Amino acid sequence: MSSVAVIDYGMGNLHSVAKALEHVKPGEQVLVSSDKAVIESADRVILPGVGAIRDCMGELTRLGLDQVVHQVAASGKPLLGICVGVQLLMEFSEENGGHDCLGVFPGKAHFFGDHLQDENGEKLKVPHMGWNEVKQTVDHPLWQGIEQNSRFYFVHSYHIQAQQPELVAGRCHYGLDFDVALFRDNVFAVQFHPEKSHSAGLQLLKNFLHWNGQPA
Amino acid sequence: MALAKRIIPCLDVDNGRVVKGVQFLDIRDAGDPVEVAKRYNEQGADEITFLDITASHQDRDTMVHVVEAIAGQVFIPLTVGGGIRTCDDIRRMLNAGADKVSINTAAVTNPDFVREASERFGAQCIVVAIDSKKVSQPGEPDRWEVFTHGGRRATGLDVIEWAKKLVALGAGEILLTSMDADGTKNGFDLGVTRAVSEAVPVPVIASGGVGNLDHLVDGVLQGKADAVLAASIFHFNEYSIPEAKQYMAEKGIEMRL
Repeated sequence: MSSVAVIDYGMGNLHSVAKALEHVKPGEQVLVSSDKAVIESADRVILPGVGAIRDCMGELTRLGLDQVVHQVAASGKPLLGICVGVQLLMEFSEENGGHDCLGVFPGKAHFFGDHLQDENGEKLKVPHMGWNEVKQTVDHPLWQGIEQNSRFYFVHSYHIQAQQPELVAGRCHYGLDFDVALFRDNVFAVQFHPEKSHSAGLQLLKNFLHWNGQPA
Repeated sequence: MALAKRIIPCLDVDNGRVVKGVQFLDIRDAGDPVEVAKRYNEQGADEITFLDITASHQDRDTMVHVVEAIAGQVFIPLTVGGGIRTCDDIRRMLNAGADKVSINTAAVTNPDFVREASERFGAQCIVVAIDSKKVSQPGEPDRWEVFTHGGRRATGLDVIEWAKKLVALGAGEILLTSMDADGTKNGFDLGVTRAVSEAVPVPVIASGGVGNLDHLVDGVLQGKADAVLAASIFHFNEYSIPEAKQYMAEKGIEMRL
C-alpha cells in the first residue's frame, strides 16, 4: 500500500484534498500531517494551501516544514503543489507587500491588478474565481487522460509567472495570459484546485498517485 | 478562452431534507440532500450551495453530517449558509468539507465578524448574503434596502453601500437575493443585480425568482451576474442543468459544458 502526505500547516481546508485522494485511489493511505517524520516517510507529498502568503509562509517556517518541502523536492519523490502551494514554491510573491517564498521554481506571483479587462474592454473581477480553460503546453504524466483545454476550478488574486518557459506545463487566460502549471523533475504544481474540479481534477490527482516522479 | 459563468443549484435544507419554500412560506419536500447533490454534480453543476434553514441546534448537527456525506462524494465547490455566526461555526463547516460559508444576518448585526472571518479563513471562503427589497416608490430613483429574518426585518442599510462595505471588510463574493422576486418565478431583480455587480470588484451571485432559462440568461447579460443560483426549477425537474447550460451557451454566454 502506498501513502501520500498532505502537508498540514494550519491554513485552510485540507479535508477536500484528502477526500478526493481517497476517492480516486481507494486503499491509498492519506496522511494529513504537520509531522516532519510522517511527511518524509510518505511515498508522495502534497503542498496545498489557501489564504494569504505571509501567513502561509509564516506557519510553514514556524513548523520547520519549509525545510521538509526542500528536502522532498530534492529527493526525487513526487511532490504536488496546489493553489497557494504553487505560489509558495516560487521565489517571491507580491502579496502582503512582497514576501520571499521557497524558491523551488524561479519566478514570482503577481497581483492581477485593479484594472483587469477582457477583450471587449469590460472590467474583470478579482479574484479570478470559477471554471477556466487550461491549455496543456507539454506532455506530462499528470495530464494523461485529461482533454486539452479542460476547465478547472480556480480561486486566486495572484498569478504565477515562471522565469523559465521550459518549466511551464499549462497556461490560462483571464485578461492576460498566465502560467497555471509548472513542472521540474519530480515536482508538479498547479494554480487551480484539482480536488474541486470534478472529473478533470480527479483524473489529475489519480495520475499523481500513480506517478513515479519522472517527467516523462 | 474565458472564465465560465456559473450555475449554482441551491438546496434549502431543513432537518436533513431538501425543501423549497415559496417566498419563505410553503415548504415542499425535494428529497435527500446527498442524492440531490450527487445528481447535480453528475449533471455538471458548477458549484452547490446549501442553506441550513433549521432553527434548533440539534438540527445543526444534522447539517454537519449532511455536509460530510456530500463532501466525500461531490468534488465541486460547496457553500454552506444559514446560522453562521461565529468563527467556530465556520471552522465546523469547513472541517465537514464545505469550501465556503455564506454569512447573512450575522454580517448585519456584527460587521466585524466578516473581517475576522476573512482574516482567519481567507476571503475566498467568505460569501456574504444580502437580502434586498426595493423600497423606492414608482417614479423615484431606484433604492434597495437590506432586510434580515427572511425579509421581515428592515435594517435601514442601502444595498449598494452595504455591498461595498462588505467587500472592504473582506467578503470574497456576494450572494444577492431579491426578496421581492424570491419564489415568484418572475425572474431576478435585474436592476439591483446590475447595480451591485458594477459597484463591487468581487463576483456577484444572482438569486431569487428564477422561473425559466431566459431568466438565467438575463441575470448574466443584463444583471451582469458572475453566477446564477436557482432552486425549484432544478429540484422539480422542470429543467436540467445541462439543458440550462446549453441554452445559456447558445445565447453567447461562456459556460462549462
